[in-house]
Amino acid sequence: MAELNTGDSGGGKDKKVRSKKQNSKVDLTAMVDLAFLLITFFMLTTTLSKPQSMNLGLPDKDEPNKQNVDIKVDENRTMTILLGANNKLLRYNGLLATPVAGGAPKDFIYGKEGIRKELLKVKKDVLAYSTAKGKPKNGMIVIIKPSKKSTYRNLVDILDEMAIVDVPTYAIVNEFTPEEAKLLEGK
Amino acid sequence: MAGKSSKKAASIDMTAMCDVAFLLLTFFILTATAKIPEALPVDTPQSTVQTKLPESDLATLTIGKGKVFFDLKGREVRVKTLELMGQKYGVEFTDDEKSKFALMEGIGVPILNLKQLIEMKTAERSKAGQPGVPTDSLDNQLKEWVYNARIANIELNDKELQIAIKGDAKEEYPSIRKVMDILQDQGINSFSLVTGLRGKNF
Repeated sequence: MAELNTGDSGGGKDKKVRSKKQNSKVDLTAMVDLAFLLITFFMLTTTLSKPQSMNLGLPDKDEPNKQNVDIKVDENRTMTILLGANNKLLRYNGLLATPVAGGAPKDFIYGKEGIRKELLKVKKDVLAYSTAKGKPKNGMIVIIKPSKKSTYRNLVDILDEMAIVDVPTYAIVNEFTPEEAKLLEGK
Repeated sequence: MAGKSSKKAASIDMTAMCDVAFLLLTFFILTATAKIPEALPVDTPQSTVQTKLPESDLATLTIGKGKVFFDLKGREVRVKTLELMGQKYGVEFTDDEKSKFALMEGIGVPILNLKQLIEMKTAERSKAGQPGVPTDSLDNQLKEWVYNARIANIELNDKELQIAIKGDAKEEYPSIRKVMDILQDQGINSFSLVTGLRGKNF
């Protein structure tokens, strides 16, 4: 308010009033700087502190999960992913005893160059296969089997791949057949 | 002198700007919620999924180093849950203890030791080396915590409680599975996994 009159400095005002005016004028630059710095800080922390999450739905526990033995599920559409110790990852397509062409058990690594390429390829193949059978809605089925030695990171990584590749159906299955256990320990 | 006039032009009235800045500052300070220190610090794995966790009606189960910690959002829900747990295990909590519990971070002690934990100061609690909520089949207190928290949340907010699992990236799968099994035994088949943010080109 006091600064409103500073424009007309000319006038015939005496020295006393003028010096009083000068004292009342405070340099607010530093204060405004600080205020905006704090605003920026609070804005960023309030919006960024919310943790991310991924939703996971599991099948009902009461009915046993029979996806890998159920005859109604076409084994040509399934891919089984075994998660082992030390970030080991193994997959086979179809049944373990009689895998589909090119689907024999094989090691993969996590990420873009590893399992994702394979997932995308199989997804395409399955879609072509289902379309040929006249049921294009039947997408691929992925069965994830985390072993006792696999870590939580492995599980989240593979669930993330499911989200990236957009696999229509996937399930986490805890039962290991002896052959699968041997396969994971073998190498 | 020319210097005088140029000085005048450079000085701008900052009062209004300062007012606005402080108004915004006050707003952000008041809306920001204080971050309560975590009882069990964990390193969450990353994912590209970007779903935000809900702000309320949420229970977080933190899993790390083989221990499980239980945390709950909302003061009233916490108090109600504590009352229900007290009834279940025959522990009486005073009003003072209840109000302290409402503001506490996650807990990781058996219910019988909870009174001692509430009495501690915040700094002491984080150093106390809490053993984790018991999850054995004989003494499954985690199950009771989740169950009572759900009841409390339905009574107070009329909403089903959301469950989030916050696991350490290096935690082995069986301990995660144990917690998932406890949840599934109660018919909770859908829950969230807390993850960090990962770059797009993973």
